[in-house]
Amino acid sequence: MPRITARDLALIAAFAALIAALTMPGALELPGGVPITLQTLGVMLAGAILGARNGALAVTVYVVLGLIGLPILAGATGGLGVLVGPTGGFLVGFIPGALVIGWLTQRLLPKYRLLPALAATAAGGILVVYLVGVPWFLAVTGMPLGGALGLAVLPFLPGDVIKVVVTVLVAAAVHRARPGFLAAKPWPWAARRAAAVAAVPVAAATLDAAPAAADEAGSH
Amino acid sequence: MARLRFEGVGVRFGDARVLDGIDLDLTERRIGVVGANGSGKSTLARLINGLVSPTSGRLLVDDLDVAREGRAVRRRVGFVFTNPDSQIVMPTVREDVAFTLRPRKLPKAETSARVDAVLDRLGIAHLADRPAHHLSGGQKQLLALAAVLVGEPDVLVADEPTTLLDARNAREIAARFAELPQQVLLVTHQLGLVADFDRVLVVDAGRIVADDEPGPALAFYERLLDAEDAASGGRP
Amino acid sequence: MIGGVAAGPGRIPALVKLGVLAVFVSSLVALHSPVALAIALAGVLALAGILIALRRFGWRAFAAQLGPVLWLVVPAAALNAWLAGPEAAAVLALRVLAAVGAAGIFTLSTPVPELLDAIGSLLRPFRRWVDADRVGLVLALTIRSVPLVAGLVGAVREARKARGVERSLRALAVPVVLRTIQTAEELGEALIARGADDGPSEERVSLGR
Repeated sequence: MPRITARDLALIAAFAALIAALTMPGALELPGGVPITLQTLGVMLAGAILGARNGALAVTVYVVLGLIGLPILAGATGGLGVLVGPTGGFLVGFIPGALVIGWLTQRLLPKYRLLPALAATAAGGILVVYLVGVPWFLAVTGMPLGGALGLAVLPFLPGDVIKVVVTVLVAAAVHRARPGFLAAKPWPWAARRAAAVAAVPVAAATLDAAPAAADEAGSH
Repeated sequence: MARLRFEGVGVRFGDARVLDGIDLDLTERRIGVVGANGSGKSTLARLINGLVSPTSGRLLVDDLDVAREGRAVRRRVGFVFTNPDSQIVMPTVREDVAFTLRPRKLPKAETSARVDAVLDRLGIAHLADRPAHHLSGGQKQLLALAAVLVGEPDVLVADEPTTLLDARNAREIAARFAELPQQVLLVTHQLGLVADFDRVLVVDAGRIVADDEPGPALAFYERLLDAEDAASGGRP
Repeated sequence: MIGGVAAGPGRIPALVKLGVLAVFVSSLVALHSPVALAIALAGVLALAGILIALRRFGWRAFAAQLGPVLWLVVPAAALNAWLAGPEAAAVLALRVLAAVGAAGIFTLSTPVPELLDAIGSLLRPFRRWVDADRVGLVLALTIRSVPLVAGLVGAVREARKARGVERSLRALAVPVVLRTIQTAEELGEALIARGADDGPSEERVSLGR
């Protein structure tokens, strides 16, 4: 994995701050204690703009600072209380969620076609987050799955779908405005093929493919 | 005082040639750099601190090659940015100034003493424990300057440090720069700031097109602007 | 006074404070009675009052911690009163204010370097995998960036209002993200210029080795 540069650090910090800033306004809580905010928009943007590693780190920094007690989590709260509450799993799930969005987004660039991008963002931003959040919610509340779906999933799905769409539209605009900002990466099978092809003949050809392939091998 | 030597320095970003064939030997105490937006003057300033690497040629600060010994060079060359907001990296004034000294691993008391001394010198000691983002624009730029000066650099490079300030604050910052004992290389749009400097460089389209005392250099720059205006049909 | 707010009698180590804060906030979440939460809030305000009287921090700074939450709590409480009843609304509002107040006291009474040291010592057992200095730096940078980015969001929101495209989330997010990236890139440059990290040239050299 390439070294984290000063620029990476600043981007991670800025996007952690962006999630905090997007979480601040318009916080509201439904009966049952689950807040709705633009927090998830910030989380999805971190993945879709910064990619897998930096996006996941930005979300991690945001979550850590929130848990330390800075009032930057949904509902302008902060502190470890959130972690033990029913919604703690959603907060934790943001980290793998952003990782998955970032990983997939880097494979979809530079084209970043609309439908695959929507699927990728929904996979990380909805599927992964709920896969962590819902079991956590069930464990803390002792509620049946049906109740949890009605309380912690269904009311939020429309909002989450809108945020997925907004994330993709924004990411598409940003990547168009800043081509090359986020490095595109090949799918694992494509990278393996490229490495295999390159390993056989001319050494010069491996110069481009090899680092990407090594990077792939290193991250799995 | 340091000697800044550019030897055939060129910078490209992708296909764009930002600077080309720069040969300079700078030893003066006050050096001004003027030029239009996009002329390459900011890149010229960034080279000296190693923020941008030459894609051809090399740059020496005294005998240190910036591309190889960036760390040592950055200790000797302080950099003040246009937007102080992006130069302030820590939450409060005192912490931000102390941040510069962090890599030196000084004893806490010495760090503290140096920070207090520089805040006092710039007249912002009373702001020491304020959150940086609560400061006014002029105070932020003073903080940025303090954070650079606490490292006791030999050379100060400043990239349009007054551009975002109102007239009064710009004058205050310019006055602070004027009294610095250090060597200063100032990139600016405000031609008045370099009028009494020792040497002024005019940058246009990635090249040094004039290199002289302020009088003739600035006169040349004015003519250049007039010629460009005439070519583009005058100011809109 | 050595190091400003860092000195003074009765100084509690950041890690201990962190623990106390965590326990306090956790218990707030467990409390569902408005009376108990009101007492907790009163306790927080009393502690803040004592610290202000001891000149650990100014009342303005404390108000600034609570201020942004206040204008948020009021509409949220109104909405909750309508959706879930007045008691639930009171619980939410009191809990948020008490938690934010406590977090505010922690923030204001703990200089960031001390907080970072605390996290650094928490990370020490994991030295092989994590560079505690860089973790500390990124946390401090984030704390510094929150008002900066929140300011960007505010400025873009105003501009959006002026242009009459107030309702579009995309019209808010695209410029905010682009300006966030730009701010971060400038900040990254400043980090290098200030000697916190190696610049582009050294990276190239080290890759070449």
